[in-house]
Amino acid sequence: MALSYLRSSSSSSANLKLLSSAVSIRRPISTDTTPITVETSVPFTAHQCEAPSRSVETSSSELLNFFRNMALMRRMEIAADSLYKAKLIRGFCHLYDGQEAVASGMEAAITKKDCIITAYRDHCIFMGRGGTLLEVFAELMGRRAGCSKGKGGSMHCYKKDSNFYGGHGIVGAQVPLGCGLAFAQKYSKDETVTFALYGDGAANQGQLFEALNISALWDLPAILVCENNHYGMGTAEWRASKSPAYYKRGDYAPGLKVDGMDVLAVKQACKFAKEHALKNGPIILEMDTYRYHGHSMSDPGSTYRTRDEISGVRQERDPIERVRKLILSHDLATEKELKDIEKEMRKEVDDAIAQAKESPMPEPSELFTNVYAKGLGVESFGADRKEVRATLP
Amino acid sequence: MSLKFFAHFLFIFQVYISVFLLIIHLQFHFFEIAFLFYFFAGAKPMAAIFQGVGAAATLSSSPSNSFDSNNSVFSPLTSFSVRRGASFAVVRSDGILNLNPKGRRAQQLISNAVATKADSAASSSSSKPGHELLLFEALQEGLEEEMDRDPRVCVMGEDVGHYGGSYKVTKGLAEKFGDLRVLDTPIAENSFTGMGIGAAMTGLRPVVEGMNMGFLLLAFNQISNNCGMLHYTSGGQFTIPIVIRGPGGVGRQLGAEHSQRLESYFQSIPGIQMVACSTPYNAKGLMKAAIRSENPVILFEHVLLYNLKERIPDEDYICNLEEAEMVRPGEHVTILTYSRMRYHVMQAAKTLVNKGYDPEVIDIRSLKPFDLYTIGNSVKKTHRVLIVEECMRTGGIGASLTAAITENFNDYLDAPIMCLSSQDVPTPYAGTLEEVTVVQPAQIVTAVEQLCQ
Repeated sequence: MALSYLRSSSSSSANLKLLSSAVSIRRPISTDTTPITVETSVPFTAHQCEAPSRSVETSSSELLNFFRNMALMRRMEIAADSLYKAKLIRGFCHLYDGQEAVASGMEAAITKKDCIITAYRDHCIFMGRGGTLLEVFAELMGRRAGCSKGKGGSMHCYKKDSNFYGGHGIVGAQVPLGCGLAFAQKYSKDETVTFALYGDGAANQGQLFEALNISALWDLPAILVCENNHYGMGTAEWRASKSPAYYKRGDYAPGLKVDGMDVLAVKQACKFAKEHALKNGPIILEMDTYRYHGHSMSDPGSTYRTRDEISGVRQERDPIERVRKLILSHDLATEKELKDIEKEMRKEVDDAIAQAKESPMPEPSELFTNVYAKGLGVESFGADRKEVRATLP
Repeated sequence: MSLKFFAHFLFIFQVYISVFLLIIHLQFHFFEIAFLFYFFAGAKPMAAIFQGVGAAATLSSSPSNSFDSNNSVFSPLTSFSVRRGASFAVVRSDGILNLNPKGRRAQQLISNAVATKADSAASSSSSKPGHELLLFEALQEGLEEEMDRDPRVCVMGEDVGHYGGSYKVTKGLAEKFGDLRVLDTPIAENSFTGMGIGAAMTGLRPVVEGMNMGFLLLAFNQISNNCGMLHYTSGGQFTIPIVIRGPGGVGRQLGAEHSQRLESYFQSIPGIQMVACSTPYNAKGLMKAAIRSENPVILFEHVLLYNLKERIPDEDYICNLEEAEMVRPGEHVTILTYSRMRYHVMQAAKTLVNKGYDPEVIDIRSLKPFDLYTIGNSVKKTHRVLIVEECMRTGGIGASLTAAITENFNDYLDAPIMCLSSQDVPTPYAGTLEEVTVVQPAQIVTAVEQLCQ
């Protein structure tokens, strides 16, 4: 059933090449779900658990979806970069390009009922959860059409209906929240899990270990994912952490180290983690990834690392290039088709930006809405908060 | 023979010196005279009198070892021991006998620090005969009824489950509802408060207990950024129906770190509501209203009020979270207070009534937002305001309330608002000092007299 790597390249490629050259019809590759097995780039390293297998089952539709999503995310972040330089986006803007594999791979392994919570580098994860480009760009520019009505900003993208809990500015504070989400899932016996993402900088926060302790005690389905891009703001991980083996820092909690630039490895690890967490409680995943931009837009990103390093990673480990090579080697699409997809994504992003620019700023009265549920502080409600007793002066 | 003669000589010489010294010290050491009389009253033989004199003299003069050795000389001469008399008064280092009258007065002050029995407020019991209970039992009843009513309510805190709660507010709940609804946490306030908030984002209604309000300072980031602001920054997508409660305030010599009043630190956080309970009736009502509220509510209890007894109604009732309580209507001056200071105010009110004043006492209950409606009506009636609070002077609830009243009702005021608050010091351990840190009824009486001139 599962075609091996060698077989697929030999048999289907010959037929398909023949077909595409003879008749220039577009093959319906996007719906093809024939399983393809691919090996991850590096084996998983495990701590206190058994590593999952290196062979990942995927399909051409999944691979093309990965390519599409990651290309969209990459385009979106680069567009955000230019918007920031054009002063349409103000304040803090933390870009995710380079790390797209984590967002895409995670989404492929879970459902929308599972919860994800992350820190401030949240645009792409919001997209992965089903957010639209318009919502992201409008929020970044502070417009009414934004996902938080323009009142949150770059660091506060939330999507309740697909269980995306944000979007948090304070480093590490989202991890206890994530464990609380896992607690609620256990309470309602949902058979779902929570992925609480944090960075290598946040891995030194005390509240993380406190939350891990409580999660392990109460057997909560919490998966703590350390997106290790090796730099916590401007400080390299070896200067900030005595032990940079973040997957081992859970001590009693099992951990898995994953190549975060390989979307299939991420997918495999998340699938494994979900099964594990539902049975045995919390697990830590360390995604070894890299960000091309600096920590935020106000950080050039080159004062604490060399340009050679950045371009080196881009050459060797870029997630989109890896998927492109996979697709091309399995002959699931041609070079030109992939380029067309990228162009399509670019157009989508440009359209969304134009639409977001047209969206108006929030009304001045919006300053006071959503401070309290039901607009408190202005009216005094009776018992059960149903009838208005008095209007305060 | 010479030894006996020598001892007798020493004795007479000692008595001579003692009497001489006694006459010199006479005017300064009346206690010694009293001491002497005690000895005279109880003494029969003359030797005893001399012994008494000698003893007093030794006590009155500055301690020196030479006199001590003479005591041992006395004892073989008569059978009468120097240490006769059980009430051997405490002798200070300068030899002054001190019957410690100040100490006795201090004891009286400290006993007043405990809240006296609550005045039956006008709004407390209904016409139906209810049941009597203590304040912590009222809180427990409220919590239990809400947990019965809504399966999403859960309790998290240190020692709330198997131990029953450090102030017994959650006693019996773990047995009734199980470990998943009444959760014992490790000592990690930052994370378990964060977990409560995360759970609340999904729709659960956790009640997070801080064993002492001061410990919640460790969770300040979670309370301020996540609890207060998430509803706003998510554009209204998430509500955080969490209740954070715990005892605070100055207790009985608990020390500086365990006597903190956090209402002043939390009051600026946008998006939270703060209430303070003071009687069993409003404790149960506020607890229920807080749990039912969609907003995050911080319920401030007081360590010294847990054992107040009151009769509360049997039926289900709720106290409005944003409403102040009229404790005693009056005409001359509005006294705004909350939590334990309500009892000091009521004590002062008794004195004031005797002196002919008619204070209107309002327990503001809602610390954020202020019930400016009730307060405003009162100010319009009396035109004078006194705020009595246990919070710190700088940046406390009283400071905010003064600003709010001045902004809104400045035209109705006949005199500047007076605000009595705790001193801006860490609460000392010593009982006498702790007394002075908080506002006492005598100060309230003086303030009202000053205000009403």
